Amino acid sequence: MYRYDEFDERVVRERVAQFRDQVARRLSGSLTEDEFRPLRLQNGLYLQLHSYMLRIAIPYGSLTARQLRQLALIADKYDRGYGHFTTRQNLQFNWPKLREVPDILSLLADVDMHCIQTSGNCIRNVTADQFAGVAADEIEDPRPIGELLRQWSSLHPEFSFLPRKFKIAVGASENDRAVLKAHDLGVRVVRRADSGELGYEIHVGGGLGRTPMIGKIVRDFLPRGQLLAYVEAIMRVYNAEGRRDNKFKARIKILVHEIGLDAFRDRVEREFAAVGVAAAQDENEELTRIAACFAPKPYARLLARSDSFEAAKALNPAFADWTESSLHPHHVEGYAAVTVSLKPIGGVPGDMTSDQMRAFADIAERYSFGELRVTHAQNLVLPHVKKDDLFALWRMLAKSDLAADNAGLITDIISCPGLDYCALATARSIPIAQAISTRFADRGRQRDIGPLQIKISGCINACGHHHVGHIGILGLEKRGQESYQITLGGDASENAAIGELLGPGLGADDVPPAIERIVDTYLELRNEGETFIDTVKRLGVGAFKTAFFVGERNEAA
Amino acid sequence: MPALKNMPLPAILVANDLRDGDVVFRAADGWTRDPRAAAIARDDEAAQALERAGAAATARQEIVDAYLIDVDIRSDGAPVPRHFRERFKTLGPSVRPDLGKQAEFVGYARAAAE
Amino acid sequence: MKLLDGAGVRADDYERADAARAQALPAAIVPYAELAAAPPADGRRRVGVEVPNTVAPDQIAPFFGRLSLIAVGFPTTGDGRGFSLARRLRRAGFRGVLRAVGPLIADQFPYALACGFDEIELPDSSAQRQPPTQWKRAGAAMTLWYQQGYARPASILEQRRLARQGGQNV
Ligand code: HEM
Ligand code: SF4
Repeated sequence: MYRYDEFDERVVRERVAQFRDQVARRLSGSLTEDEFRPLRLQNGLYLQLHSYMLRIAIPYGSLTARQLRQLALIADKYDRGYGHFTTRQNLQFNWPKLREVPDILSLLADVDMHCIQTSGNCIRNVTADQFAGVAADEIEDPRPIGELLRQWSSLHPEFSFLPRKFKIAVGASENDRAVLKAHDLGVRVVRRADSGELGYEIHVGGGLGRTPMIGKIVRDFLPRGQLLAYVEAIMRVYNAEGRRDNKFKARIKILVHEIGLDAFRDRVEREFAAVGVAAAQDENEELTRIAACFAPKPYARLLARSDSFEAAKALNPAFADWTESSLHPHHVEGYAAVTVSLKPIGGVPGDMTSDQMRAFADIAERYSFGELRVTHAQNLVLPHVKKDDLFALWRMLAKSDLAADNAGLITDIISCPGLDYCALATARSIPIAQAISTRFADRGRQRDIGPLQIKISGCINACGHHHVGHIGILGLEKRGQESYQITLGGDASENAAIGELLGPGLGADDVPPAIERIVDTYLELRNEGETFIDTVKRLGVGAFKTAFFVGERNEAA
Repeated sequence: MPALKNMPLPAILVANDLRDGDVVFRAADGWTRDPRAAAIARDDEAAQALERAGAAATARQEIVDAYLIDVDIRSDGAPVPRHFRERFKTLGPSVRPDLGKQAEFVGYARAAAE
Repeated sequence: MKLLDGAGVRADDYERADAARAQALPAAIVPYAELAAAPPADGRRRVGVEVPNTVAPDQIAPFFGRLSLIAVGFPTTGDGRGFSLARRLRRAGFRGVLRAVGPLIADQFPYALACGFDEIELPDSSAQRQPPTQWKRAGAAMTLWYQQGYARPASILEQRRLARQGGQNV
């Protein structure tokens, strides 16, 4: 894990003092709300429906036990005893008071944390593959690049008042677990087949929101040492030329779309030439310094096969179920990365109580070198668990109600806060997630259905990633009622795709049965061993329309 | 003052407290956290008076995001927003009945849910 | 209108004028449309131009030698195009005074200076609410930065490198 040095520490301390001063100026009337808004947003502070909301950065999704304990303390002292993990690997508190936010920031700074640029029209918190540093399929740990970008983008003098927000994700494997292509900028570490040289593949212009677009490759190989210069060039072109006349057309995806990828690339390359790569040496040195913080853990030497683990599975079917959905291969023999679902049946996706945070911090210390990750699917990961420890771990998780055995299955639903909290929402999303989860509670049935991602947003802004859900649900308002549109065939993987609308909007109560009909159609039409998304891709959305409409009519009758 | 053409009545004025973020309502005198104590405007003139009070309090850094919402008046005299969004705003998150005004003003919330 | 620079509030020597009137003034800022017609700056006369933040630096570069000041418009607080324009004007070789004109807030002051501006001209509406002491304080709020190559002292990266080299020498 990255540890702040004296400079990082001073930056966040000064930033806390600066925000304290900004709040004081707002309360005294020196700053109007219009002037203060960009300042508070750049510090992750929103005004929601019931209260303020504070979004805390969890850079590239990595967190330590000590940090999680501090979050629990803040939840108890300044909020209502819980937090909400988001699809951008942040944590949101829903009830902070403006006058107390500076004190919260100070507590965060005590554990190398902050809220810098978790909102606002600036470069946002950098996200990463949740299995970074662990995955067997990665070229290298992409988090040092994430940290390099985090530092470079923090309080940037030129790029803090962009046309719109700017989101960066980093990854280093073929299998994209960070939704790189749905980001304004995606950086993937690649290795040249001929020379073995490491470099970056740069994706630009992805994004969800009301005009979802899949990112395009603007540079297929950028040599090491040139990343910051290249990103600076992209940012300068965007800052100068991105649209500012219409907020909904202000993301970089629209610029790339309107002038075309080739024209955009020309401008970036010209700017890149002017910026120059004089600092390549510095960048490489800095990357080496950062990477040292992410050095491999002192792993034990173990056999790939754990007899005690196999025996526990054989004796305990509930444990076996949990392992089936929760384990991801670790590059070190005898270890596994464990996904801990924050989606108990009927629960609020991504919510965690302060008691759970403390218990989980203890667990992470005991079983995973004190380290954990936040996933974009609103779950947690214990990255380094000995297979020998899995059974004990599972029992401890169960004590804190953290042993849901549904990671990756139909009840592992992504949901934005929706109208239960969000001032922009047109409908609720959490209750829809809860109803679907309850309907598909049966583990055997979930297992039979297999991997299936449902993603729900409470408005067109698409925070819940509904566009890239295998089944996407979008909450809207229709004639004074909450109404839900269902899309099919979205994909958040390296085969990223935007879902297609299935039919007219449904009332809240009609959503779970409609999902059920879609799933039943899949079960009927699938080939042996074929997943939901593959069946949809093979047959097209049309094959599911009949079931959707038949049900529509039945229920209307 | 912006013209209030077509603003359905009766209406109350809702806002967030600047310091704490809490949802507050314009009362006969000052601000209240209790929806039952909200001043109810039954004609355009009263609605405009509420808006003026909101603008003045905004200028004094007391509140932010003040706007009128139209309500139904229950038999006990308490106002209940007609739009579901504003109902959630007055009550709290529907998925956490232990939080927000619904937890504080239980009687009001129970009746509003009907 | 109020003019601020790194040292505090300053008197504004420049007057807004069209090209013809600029001939007779000791210091004038002409609109962008009149740039070609404006008299050149020389030992006795200072001449500036006010440009929109959408202007291409190449378009004004041929005039750099005749200009003692370029004023860049910031139409709103949130419109950051001027920051990049300042960077590009400096990179293209402009050595005169760069002025930001518009409703910037104190917290943007250090950013503006780092991007190459020398001074900020504020509308009265925001100048009244934000006294100069606030601008001074905001300017000093952050004493460290990660980005290299902006108009301010050594970045954190440079300081780290110095610390490493220092460490090696002992
Ligand atoms: C609760 C208050 C929130 C507000 C006011 C808010 C606001 C927005 C807005 C306005 C957009 C659209 C941006 C655009 O299209 O330009 C957006 C997109 C997005 N937000 Fe949120 N959001 C909130 C919460 C969340 C949460 C809880 C998450 C994670 C669960 C999240 C993650 C995202 C993501 C992933 C996107 C779409 C990706 C993209 O920007 O292209 N947001 N949000
Ligand atoms: S998708 Fe809409 S409702 Fe959901 S969090 Fe984003 S802005 Fe709010």
